[in-house]
Amino acid sequence: MIRVQQEDFDVGKELAKLTEGNQAIGGVAVFVGLVRDMAGGSGISAMTLEHYPAMTEKMLSEIEEEAKQRWPLEASLVIHRYGRLEPGDQIVMVAAASAHRQAAFEACEFLMDWLKTKAPFWKLEETDQGAQWVDARDSDDAAAARWVKRGPDAAE
Amino acid sequence: MKLLYFAWLKTKTGLAEENVTPPAGVATVGQLLSWLEGRGPNFADALSDRGAIRVAVNQAYAKPGDPIGPDDEVALFPPVTGG
Repeated sequence: MIRVQQEDFDVGKELAKLTEGNQAIGGVAVFVGLVRDMAGGSGISAMTLEHYPAMTEKMLSEIEEEAKQRWPLEASLVIHRYGRLEPGDQIVMVAAASAHRQAAFEACEFLMDWLKTKAPFWKLEETDQGAQWVDARDSDDAAAARWVKRGPDAAE
Repeated sequence: MKLLYFAWLKTKTGLAEENVTPPAGVATVGQLLSWLEGRGPNFADALSDRGAIRVAVNQAYAKPGDPIGPDDEVALFPPVTGG
């Protein structure tokens, strides 16, 4: 399931809802992203997440579908917030549930890595030096590239 | 054709969205960017670093050689930084 929303979310309640009634689930891997108070040596008082609504939903659904093709998932969830957030606030939650832990761990990492490089969100940080758009990081591209399939059957 | 601008492309062009009718001969994403670049100093500055610009046609990532048409929604934005 995909949700893009301004409001905060409750990780415990989301997990309970995700796994409710499905006793084939043996494990859930969860990642929760938070706003830091520092970036590149500058203090951050807040950040605003801008996004491209129509494309965001589409890309997140595609990424979730890809995860379901690759791993035997019983359930999955991606929640991403937009708007103005302050240090300590939750930005994103990804959860992957499967019969066994390996698929859950891997799918959770995959969802985050692809989300970070494909979902159209942009962070504007309010720093000591004024508002600055965050630059994309090469390390995020490298993390996403780990999951690109090679060879004649490659999806990309 | 509907154009959308996000993040610093919105700041630099001064536009969030606009409707444009490019001249005949502007048939691909790359040709559209070149045409936009010639529309004034704001656009020339915003589009000067092509490597820093991503394009989506109808909400799907597109390459410079991909075709565009009058009914398309074309979005220009920097590499994404969510998560």
